[in-house]
Amino acid sequence: MTKNVSPLVEGRTGPWEVIIGLEVHAQVSSEAKLFSGASAAFGAGPNEHVSLVDAAMPGMLPVINRFCVEQAVRTGLGLNAQINLVSVFDRKNYFYADLPQGYQISQFKQPCVGEVSITIPLSDGTSRDIGIERLHLEQDAGKSMHDQHPSKSFIDLNRSGVALMEIVSKPDMRSAEEAAAYVSKLRAIVRFLGTCDGNMEQGSLRADCNVSVRRPGEPLGTRTETKNLNSIRFIAQAINSEVARQIEILEDGGTIVQETRLFDNTTGQTRTMRSKEDAHDYRYFPDPDLLPLKLDAAWVDHIRDTLPELPDALRARLLDQYGLSPYDASLISEDRAVAAYYETAAAGQDAKIVANWMTVELFGALNKMGLDLADSPVKPDQLGKLVGRITDGTISGRIAKDVFALMLENGADPDQVIDEKGFKQVSDTGAIEAMIDAVMAENADKVAEYRGGKDKLFGFFVGQVMKASQGQANPGVVNDLLKQKLDG
Amino acid sequence: MLLPLQQLFVTRLVIRLMTIDKNTIPRIARLARLEIALERQSALSEELASILSWVEQLNALDTAEVEPLASVTGHDLPLREDKVTTGNDPDAVLSNAPEKTSNFFVVPKVVE
Repeated sequence: MTKNVSPLVEGRTGPWEVIIGLEVHAQVSSEAKLFSGASAAFGAGPNEHVSLVDAAMPGMLPVINRFCVEQAVRTGLGLNAQINLVSVFDRKNYFYADLPQGYQISQFKQPCVGEVSITIPLSDGTSRDIGIERLHLEQDAGKSMHDQHPSKSFIDLNRSGVALMEIVSKPDMRSAEEAAAYVSKLRAIVRFLGTCDGNMEQGSLRADCNVSVRRPGEPLGTRTETKNLNSIRFIAQAINSEVARQIEILEDGGTIVQETRLFDNTTGQTRTMRSKEDAHDYRYFPDPDLLPLKLDAAWVDHIRDTLPELPDALRARLLDQYGLSPYDASLISEDRAVAAYYETAAAGQDAKIVANWMTVELFGALNKMGLDLADSPVKPDQLGKLVGRITDGTISGRIAKDVFALMLENGADPDQVIDEKGFKQVSDTGAIEAMIDAVMAENADKVAEYRGGKDKLFGFFVGQVMKASQGQANPGVVNDLLKQKLDG
Repeated sequence: MLLPLQQLFVTRLVIRLMTIDKNTIPRIARLARLEIALERQSALSEELASILSWVEQLNALDTAEVEPLASVTGHDLPLREDKVTTGNDPDAVLSNAPEKTSNFFVVPKVVE
């Protein structure tokens, strides 16, 4: 179901509507930079991944990286957007110490990818369509460090010239939740496509949030832009704190100043970065060092034909092929590695039980251990086998948790754990009957009460028998036999 | 005297601004980080106005049907393979830096 009603924020003087637009910068996964042959890898020593082009030495000419173009086109196709066969690189002029050229090569009037919209899921089960205005290629700037010296800044140009895809949304989002869902969706898509690693901590994917508020139905209010948010949680926090700040100012009769703000993740608040007293005038013009970028339609078609399965299609297949709940399907389709693990584990097993074990037990345990799925001590086929042992009656679900805990410790096979620890479930009716008889003999008073009409005591007897069997009795068999004996 | 490249740069700005008033020169000078003494500003303003009117002759031509021309060489944009071919030479990169430390460029503090 698509939602058309905006969630409103209640102020002291009435409701406000929040308007959010995002610019997401996604670093292109590539070996080399956008216009030079220096490495684009993260984590080198200062200024080691820098060519003379990136350092803007006089006379250096930028030459575009074909693969970076391919990655941008692939992303555009993955978003199902219009691909512009002719696009143009412009210079965006401004002065900053970590921008040695004095301009950033970007795409202004003619981006390589045009309009589209994507559907985001919301927690109440509805969804919304969020418009994307464009995707273009541009250079990243270098990195300034201001905390190393009292009066100096240190500059590292390793990131200077790395290829970024800037993905600009329309002002279509109405809450922090929607903005977070939008970024999660974009992140999933680029990760599935392999066009950006989506690592927000390392800055491979970051967002600038444009936020304004208005009374419902009124024209747009003045917006502020909060820069460089590098986690989905920070995006939501920054938006919420900015909305609260703007509403408070407006309700006190003040006005919002259009400005760039920074998010402080220790306080969860935004603060002024620079006022627009000297309003930005980037003086864009076509970069005379670069001819227009012309794409071959057949090449674009070839990229389209080799697109991998994307999150929406995967989610639909999980629903259809495995009968998963929408919640589990969303969780598992967020990441290709998660989906691959799941599909291996679920092969030949009860798919829903596998999904449950994976999202609850496995994810919970990995979270506690601080491990990624890739480093899980329990391999997917082992998890599948464990679930198989529950469904074939070898062990109960409760015992399976003990087996699982041991598997996590040493990566052992479930069958081996079950054998070694003698965990095999007792389904032998003779053995269980003997246990039931013993429990009934010990609790003769309760048997009398039960037979006198106190039905609730049935659970007590089940518990006692399970305890006597050290959890290894087959609960189904226990239930049936108990009923016969107590009622008989 | 402005260098030819700066002249071109300033010209482009002026074309976008369309008209030159007394604020134009200080404004574009600040954007280009050029220091222009007050007494030179009115002369410069006149020079820019004349350049602008000279360029405006182009408006006499009807270019509605003409594709924008990016190059007269007939070449297409050359593309490079995604291979690391350079880098790992911080000494070369930093060789002209007025100040450096532990392979960082060092500049006056640029934060508020």
